[in-house]
Amino acid sequence: MSKPEKLIVDGKRLDGRGPFDMRPIKFTAGVLKRADGSCYLEFGGNKVMAAVYGPREVHPRHMQNASRAIVRYRYNMASFSVEERKRPGPDRRSIEISKVSREALEGVVMEELYPRSAIDVFVEILQADAGSRVAGINAASVALADAGIPMKCLVSAVAVGKIDGEVVLDLNKDEDNYGSADLPIAMNQFGEITLCQMDGHLTEEEFGRALDMAVDGCKKIHELQKQALIEKYGQDITPDVAQPIEGGETNE
Amino acid sequence: MSEDVIAEIKRDYIFSLAAQGDRADGRKFDEYRPISVEVGVIDKAEGSSRVKIGNTQVIVGVKMQPGEPFPDTPDTGVIITNLELVPLASPTFESGPPREDAIELARVTDRGVRESGAIDLSKLCIESGQKVWMVFIDVHVLDHDGNLMDAASLGAIAALKNTKVPNTKFGLGEDVPLPLNDVPVAVTAINVGNAILLDPSLDEGNVAPCRLTVITNKEGALAGMQKSGVGTLTPDQIKYIVHIASEKANVLREKLEGIQ
Repeated sequence: MSKPEKLIVDGKRLDGRGPFDMRPIKFTAGVLKRADGSCYLEFGGNKVMAAVYGPREVHPRHMQNASRAIVRYRYNMASFSVEERKRPGPDRRSIEISKVSREALEGVVMEELYPRSAIDVFVEILQADAGSRVAGINAASVALADAGIPMKCLVSAVAVGKIDGEVVLDLNKDEDNYGSADLPIAMNQFGEITLCQMDGHLTEEEFGRALDMAVDGCKKIHELQKQALIEKYGQDITPDVAQPIEGGETNE
Repeated sequence: MSEDVIAEIKRDYIFSLAAQGDRADGRKFDEYRPISVEVGVIDKAEGSSRVKIGNTQVIVGVKMQPGEPFPDTPDTGVIITNLELVPLASPTFESGPPREDAIELARVTDRGVRESGAIDLSKLCIESGQKVWMVFIDVHVLDHDGNLMDAASLGAIAALKNTKVPNTKFGLGEDVPLPLNDVPVAVTAINVGNAILLDPSLDEGNVAPCRLTVITNKEGALAGMQKSGVGTLTPDQIKYIVHIASEKANVLREKLEGIQ
């Protein structure tokens, strides 16, 4: 697609969304047989599979930490996921994304419960359509929960961008290509930011609005993540307030 | 990078000092260590700089050579940024291929130069679709005493200001200064308890739960940002950092005035 004259016409974006609308999002928890936890996510045109293995033994052994588990995160794009074939294997972009995504999730994983072990998160981008790193984090978060890894909460992520001088939520590929800023944000359930990157051009005032928009977007995604887990496990397993277990009964 | 081991007592010391509004080296929260910028330190490079922030020291060299443009941008020059954490700079750096922290530093340095439009790439076309100038920005860290991000970024733009397009060498006419449009500056902050500190020293950086780098252009608008580390920041903390970073960037930018 060549650069369209306008990316916003009469307040509507080219795919018909308003500035605050996200693309369609569908989480499915527990879709892989061998992985301890998994999640398939369609986020607009992104198709993302996340799998979690562990806690398990650490190889190579020198990476072990005697007091806590280590979290490893691999963001990998399939060669067929983009318009021009991507050379397979890690490049500098995916190494950076893996690093910041791991850091976005690590803080909510209760690593201290599993000393000397590894929790491996693998994210495969099967089809990429702008915002694949935030899609990866969203899927990985659900996959970690599906694996039964003790977590303080889920992590939700979304990107905000600027097109035609307007700050809008969740850019699609064309908007990303012809837009002038991209701000991927991840947030935990306590409203704390766990991932924050930006490139492009934003004034301080625009940035403030963009961040507020991302926070609202993350809250909506969090609800969808919770729904996906409820759907798989049949009941609301993430009460907003932890209930004390009475009389030592187990809550099956 | 194997992590620097930090004694618990040092961690407590830095946190309790910050709670009292103080830092181990006596600086104010928003105060940088002494900064020095020299350019033209490597004659063989098209442009070069040596930046010191306190004891942290980096050398940046810019090399230029003609090369093939990317097919989707046949008329624009190419920027390639690299950063090496050579073992001479710290007991915790090891030789071998760049690790993720080096790649992150290189990519954030690149992001500042690229996204601010600092280099006028449209003027770096030699022959459309065939030959354009490739600008290689290579950052060598010589001494890691904290806040490599800001040193690398400041070194990169200083070296670019010092760069002459080597037309003579390739029979393309007279050497001219590299066409620049902007001066992006990175400012890095950490959160220690409730305090936000700029220009973290090595120890401060090691005990901080995370850091946030904000790159602003000469108009004070944001050109790039990167949070690094496992910790979290509240939206209000991020907005505060963005605000003081764009103010502080002006002070750093003064260090680059008159450089060519």
